[in-house]
Amino acid sequence: MEWEVVIGLEIHAQLATKSKIFSGASTAYGAEPNTQACAVDLGLPGVLPVLNHEAVQMAIKFGLATNSHVAPRSIFARKNYFYPDLPKGYQISQMDLPIVGEGSLEIRLEDGTVKTIGITRAHLEEDAGKSLHEDFQGMTGIDLNRAGTPLLEIVSEPDMRSAKEAVAYMKKIHSIVTYIDICDGNMQEGSFRCDANVSVRPKGQQELGTRSELKNINSFRYVERAINLEVERQIEIIEDGGKVVQETRLYDVDKNETRSMRSKEEANDYRYFPDPDLLPVEIDEKTIDAVRKTLPELPDAKQKRFTSEFSLSDYDAEVLTSTRQMADYFEAVVKASGGEAKLSANWVSGALTGSLNKESIDIENSPVSAEMLGGMIKRIADNTISGKIAKQVFEAMWQGEGDADSVIESKGLKQVTDSGAIEKIVDEIIANNQGQVEQYRAGKEKVFGFFVGQVMKASQGKANPAQVNQMLKEKLKG
Amino acid sequence: MHNKTLSELSAALKAGEFSSTELTQSYLNRIAELDTHVNAYITVSDESALMAAKAADQKIAAGEAGPLTGIPLAQKDIFCSKGVKTSCGSKMLDSFVSPYNATVIEKFNQAGSVMLGKTNMDEFAMGSSNETSFYGAVKNPWNTDKVPGGSSGGSAAAVAARLAPASTGTDTGGSIRQPASLCGITGLKPTYGRVSRYGMIAFASSLDQAGPMTRTAEDAALMLNCMAGFDERDSTSAQREVPDYTANLSDSLDGLTIGLPKEYFGEGLDASVGKAVEEAIAEYKKLGATVKEISLPNTHLAVPTYYVVAPAECSSNLSRFDGVRFGYRCDDPIDLEDLYKRSRGEGFGSEVKRRIMIGTYALSAGYYDAYYIKAQQLRRLISDDFKRAFEEVDVIMGPTAPEPAFGLGEKSDDPITMYLSDIYTIAANLAGLPGMSVPAGFVNEMPVGLQIIGNYFDEARLLNVAHRYQQVTDWHQHAPAQFK
Repeated sequence: MEWEVVIGLEIHAQLATKSKIFSGASTAYGAEPNTQACAVDLGLPGVLPVLNHEAVQMAIKFGLATNSHVAPRSIFARKNYFYPDLPKGYQISQMDLPIVGEGSLEIRLEDGTVKTIGITRAHLEEDAGKSLHEDFQGMTGIDLNRAGTPLLEIVSEPDMRSAKEAVAYMKKIHSIVTYIDICDGNMQEGSFRCDANVSVRPKGQQELGTRSELKNINSFRYVERAINLEVERQIEIIEDGGKVVQETRLYDVDKNETRSMRSKEEANDYRYFPDPDLLPVEIDEKTIDAVRKTLPELPDAKQKRFTSEFSLSDYDAEVLTSTRQMADYFEAVVKASGGEAKLSANWVSGALTGSLNKESIDIENSPVSAEMLGGMIKRIADNTISGKIAKQVFEAMWQGEGDADSVIESKGLKQVTDSGAIEKIVDEIIANNQGQVEQYRAGKEKVFGFFVGQVMKASQGKANPAQVNQMLKEKLKG
Repeated sequence: MHNKTLSELSAALKAGEFSSTELTQSYLNRIAELDTHVNAYITVSDESALMAAKAADQKIAAGEAGPLTGIPLAQKDIFCSKGVKTSCGSKMLDSFVSPYNATVIEKFNQAGSVMLGKTNMDEFAMGSSNETSFYGAVKNPWNTDKVPGGSSGGSAAAVAARLAPASTGTDTGGSIRQPASLCGITGLKPTYGRVSRYGMIAFASSLDQAGPMTRTAEDAALMLNCMAGFDERDSTSAQREVPDYTANLSDSLDGLTIGLPKEYFGEGLDASVGKAVEEAIAEYKKLGATVKEISLPNTHLAVPTYYVVAPAECSSNLSRFDGVRFGYRCDDPIDLEDLYKRSRGEGFGSEVKRRIMIGTYALSAGYYDAYYIKAQQLRRLISDDFKRAFEEVDVIMGPTAPEPAFGLGEKSDDPITMYLSDIYTIAANLAGLPGMSVPAGFVNEMPVGLQIIGNYFDEARLLNVAHRYQQVTDWHQHAPAQFK
């Protein structure tokens, strides 16, 4: 039987506010346990939440960036359950009236086609603390630094049909939230993570299969792996005549398997009800307009502009706009290079990205600044150096040896374009390799490469390749 | 000294008749001597009280005293007070020393008043007789075999027994007004949002409201001047100017229209209580008021609505008492489940458990619409009743409680009968309206209260109406024989 996979994602984006969503405590990551938890975060008797309006602004921004409905009135609700790292015994979230309603975005599939994925809703909520099981033998430590950190939970429609589509969607959301600066997107620190709802059904069937929910996955790669594993598992169960049960599953990175956390029967009845400690969130048109004015150019628009303004391919434009930092860097390179868009695109997505990846450095911390790279590209364009020599220059810049011009100067890498100098080398090579000259003249044109190589070698790579080619061709004619 | 009102004490302190230290010591002495008979206090904070009194004396000497500087007060043990045990009447918080001050406590500290101690109350403010306290029942100073009402029973008994010149209470369904009525004192529940709830341990967040419990309306005005106001730490507190509540106390009542809801004078009302209320109304007519019979047709829905809304909210509010971070924790839990079950099972009393269970049920999947949503709809109907009434009348009057104080243990096995003690007070909480109880006579030597309900943020008028009555009657001046 042919199976169809149905996937919906719930993405949790930690909002980049300075303080928590309902208290004044800092949201900075990595502090000593429980040093960033105030009376409100600890859920002490008598304390009350006060909404951080920065979080509201950020949610509105997300709504506008995804063409979603921003609710004029939304309500905070309590989600009740007991857990040691949930101090109040309930999480303040939104249920019936979320701040952001329906919207959509486009993803590009591998074959280049564009697919629209629906966004069901996005709501504000507070994060829980952390339970630390490792450090205390026979006991559990509770760190409430994270408790009360603002999250935007973004819920998609079950519109994705493969793990790859799910990843493309997740990447798109990641790029949007980082573009509009509402989330740092740091997946390792858990600032951006997702739950995947996965089910399968025979191709052509309308009715959805029973889904399982894969919890808390914090990397693009793991999302793809976990979904594929889950799809295989479900298909196997059904093909063996079994039934998929609705449950929550956990992806184990080390074992590369998913395993059951709790079944539907064990699921909590969260007893949602409107939080009487908080007023409804009222958002008027004026506020929405003001937020709209703060929106930067979004990835899709930027990509379109890159293809038209810089004549880049869709693929290049997509790669270069995948993060706002990358796009900003690229544009700065183009500017510094004097408008060499194609060369800039090649260098940014090629050598630079390769080096950054190899050393796990973010582009904004690149040892080669956009100005330096642009300066180097300018020298390629004006024939001061060849593309090949440029690799040496880049490497030197990466090692901190200064900008392109000083590297070229100090290493003597300037391309030789003096035709007298090149002619001298060419004549010498021809004189010393008469055997090859005869072969060439007898029609064995492959030997031509040998001469080019010899000349370049003799010039230490500095001879202008175009000039070398032209001169060799003339002289070898005889 | 202990028969003086707040304004009299304030004048005496400023005139140097006695110091705050002397006054405070005299109250501490009375508490030490007499509180064994009423059990009004859970904690008496002698040391910090005397320190605060000393600081107040310096302020008074420096001429920096305000109206409450140096005045000893009793605080309901529901308000978090830094460095002092804050138990909320529960075993659950028997070991809890708050690391911070409630806004109400903070405001009294800033005003320079002296906290004598923390008063007894029904556990987590759930009760109408003060018998659900982990620290034992409070006894009514007028007859120590009777209940003082609840949940602010300790605060009411402390004022009635002259163990504090004034106190604070909180009122979720009548918890200020009903004990004020049963103990013969003046109690004011302000409009919802008038006084900050920050640091006040939540029972039912959409109903809870703190207010003063005093001997006179004038004292209540002085207290409310200090307590009221917007607090940025409480999103539900009202962003609204606080008037000087003492400014219009003596205004004439000429032309005042009093509404008498027929539903408040029907079946279930003790006839003698009804008579006392009628006599009070007669006084008001003499003061120039006119009386109009009105109807609040949804009155009968108030108690059932309340017993869905309040338990639903409390079931969630009390989840934080889980034995993990503070408060009671059971011995040697075998696992997390056991820790929760036994900590909560052993830490909460039976009335609290009953309400948590009712509330949990009402919010459960499949029941939520039938109970919680329905109750919210009824709440709106009840509010609308008042809205219509206040188009015709200035204040609404009736009995505070259907009968005078009942005997200790008399209703403790019958929650439904107990719940009906608040039948006249609950509606004001559901609607968020301000309400007062003022002493209006005695039935079988036990005090009876007149309830006055006002429109939103009309506390100044309530206090004016109460004060004028107290100028022509002396019910509020009576003191129980044993505590004169």
